Amino acid sequence: MSILLDKKTKVIVQGITGSEGSFHTQQMLEYGTKVVGGVTPGKGGTKIFKLPIFDTVIDAVKATKATASAIFVPPPFAADAILEAASAGIKLIVCITEGIPAKDMVKIYDVIREKDIRLIGPNCPGIISPGKAKIGIMPGFIHRKGKVGVVSRSGTLTYEAVKQLTDLKIGQSTCVGIGGDPVIGSQFIDVIKLFNEDPNTDGIVMIGEIGGTAEEEAAAFIRKNVKKPVVGFIAGRTAPPGRRMGHAGAIISGGKGTADEKMKAMKKAGIHVVESPAEIGVTMKKALDNRK
Amino acid sequence: MKIHEYQAKEILRKYNVAVPNGYMATTVKQAVKAAEKLGGKVWVVKAQIHAGGRGKGGGVKVAKTLKQVEKYASEILGMTLVTHQTGPEGKVVKRLLIEEGVNIDRELYVGITLDRAQSRNVVMASTEGGVEIEKVAAESPEKILKSSVDPAVGMQAYQARELAFGLGLEGDQFKNAVKFFLSLYKAYESTDASIAEINPLVVTKDGKVIALDAKMNFDDNALYRHKDILEYRDLSEEEQLEIEASKYNLNYIKLDGNVGCMVNGAGLAMATMDIIKLAGGDPANFLDVGGGANKETVANGFKIILSDENVKAILINIFGGIVRCDRVAQGVIDAVNEINITVPVVIRLDGTNKEEAAVLLENSGLNFEVAKTLKDAAEKVTSILKG
Repeated sequence: MSILLDKKTKVIVQGITGSEGSFHTQQMLEYGTKVVGGVTPGKGGTKIFKLPIFDTVIDAVKATKATASAIFVPPPFAADAILEAASAGIKLIVCITEGIPAKDMVKIYDVIREKDIRLIGPNCPGIISPGKAKIGIMPGFIHRKGKVGVVSRSGTLTYEAVKQLTDLKIGQSTCVGIGGDPVIGSQFIDVIKLFNEDPNTDGIVMIGEIGGTAEEEAAAFIRKNVKKPVVGFIAGRTAPPGRRMGHAGAIISGGKGTADEKMKAMKKAGIHVVESPAEIGVTMKKALDNRK
Repeated sequence: MKIHEYQAKEILRKYNVAVPNGYMATTVKQAVKAAEKLGGKVWVVKAQIHAGGRGKGGGVKVAKTLKQVEKYASEILGMTLVTHQTGPEGKVVKRLLIEEGVNIDRELYVGITLDRAQSRNVVMASTEGGVEIEKVAAESPEKILKSSVDPAVGMQAYQARELAFGLGLEGDQFKNAVKFFLSLYKAYESTDASIAEINPLVVTKDGKVIALDAKMNFDDNALYRHKDILEYRDLSEEEQLEIEASKYNLNYIKLDGNVGCMVNGAGLAMATMDIIKLAGGDPANFLDVGGGANKETVANGFKIILSDENVKAILINIFGGIVRCDRVAQGVIDAVNEINITVPVVIRLDGTNKEEAAVLLENSGLNFEVAKTLKDAAEKVTSILKG
């Protein structure tokens, strides 16, 4: 099994006619995702890859019964696109867009939280349930169907971890990139809860980075609630304070959000914390073997 | 983006936040003229650099005569100011702020920033002004009052009153503090600031509430809608190589080590720096070449990395997802052929088309160290450094 997404999930793409949107729609279709249409205001009634394009999300939902949306619209319009999806009844919103102003996300955050909606991102690679479907920009072929859940704040570092797992023949149930921004729809804790409840997820890989306190909150939750083995890594031990390391959210400010603090909290929660990003796969293998 | 104190005060004035009168000066002559224009009997000469802790470092002086203004201005202008935020190399002072003196009754603190745990802005106030607020937060967190703002309605008057009462203010001081907090929030919100911090916030015996210092940073993602704030950018306060890199859409941050790194993706770039350190090396930079690693980005990346004289080896770590490894490999080969690269290069390409990439690198006749895994790559780099 998997969380959030499977073969049957009907997906629309907001910004489907843009260069990113159209490229990744093709990739998603090739992987097996049930993309049923797209939205570009002003291009309703036309088609792309034999899929219908709609002017509004509500039109798309009415016509296709889609329950999930992938958002590829430019940063100034992305928060609006998220709200449009939410108001049209979309239940799973995956926002790939990088560079949305924090203020825009703060404004819409409560609106999303108050509804029964799962928002992933923004500024994330998306979600993949290997062998079934993907909503996002990750390369499908490095994944393998299986029973380890992966949750991460980063993109290529997640691919690195997934590759390590796949090379060791450890498959994944679902991989979720929650995004590198300071305000994101889903935190580690939200995704870890789902993995914990999923009977077909046996272990969890959690990849954090400097900045904020989301890893510490997840560690507290894991300590109390999670019996499945968890392997954790925090990127940015060598990062200097006060500098934004690429991601808007990856910054140590006021002495808070350091890698050492996070690793300490995670170790205390019984998480197998790896010092080296090269050890993620082998550490999960050991943890799973010890359980047998 | 960071700006200077005098610029932050210019912005605050527009939003009716009370700040002392003052003028920016880049020469001693201008400084004295500014003091004359301000009048009064006491002036403050303040170094303007993009870092805090200026007072402790000797960058802020109180002058009681115009002669003293002249003396302090000539001492501070051009000095290398070292504070806990500048690093040991310090920063050269090129601008001053000359301000009227303020008759201080109490020194308080107020700051606004994004509380990530709640995804809301939070206004913090404390009676412990004038000291490092991080220290207060660590040692006596009960002395920091917090009020979190509902984004749908913005900061409300009752929240400002709660904070002002919490600080023990009365009469005119109370009234002015309420006004101050609401105006400061307005300024923070309207400008897409990521932080607005007033430390110290002073109250005077005659009931005024004034921002004696002011720090504002802005959300880089929102600068596209604030052309006026973009004009405040002071390139001379930024690392030259970082400015150069940003022209090529490269995300580069200079560090103190000797291993240059070129990576795609911020998380993987940080992880690559970490593993270099674990293998006994020291990263010279953070460099994220982004999603489209092609010949140009790779060539520009090399140029930036090699402008740093400390670099003794380069590690390229690209995980090809959408980016094809063979294209990256060709980019590296072309760049190396084009520019003279004198330091050893370790290259690790994984993901899409990595086999084709390996063949290209092998047949190039160039002297690359090709690594299979992340760990292998870091170890190869450090063994090169050990010679």
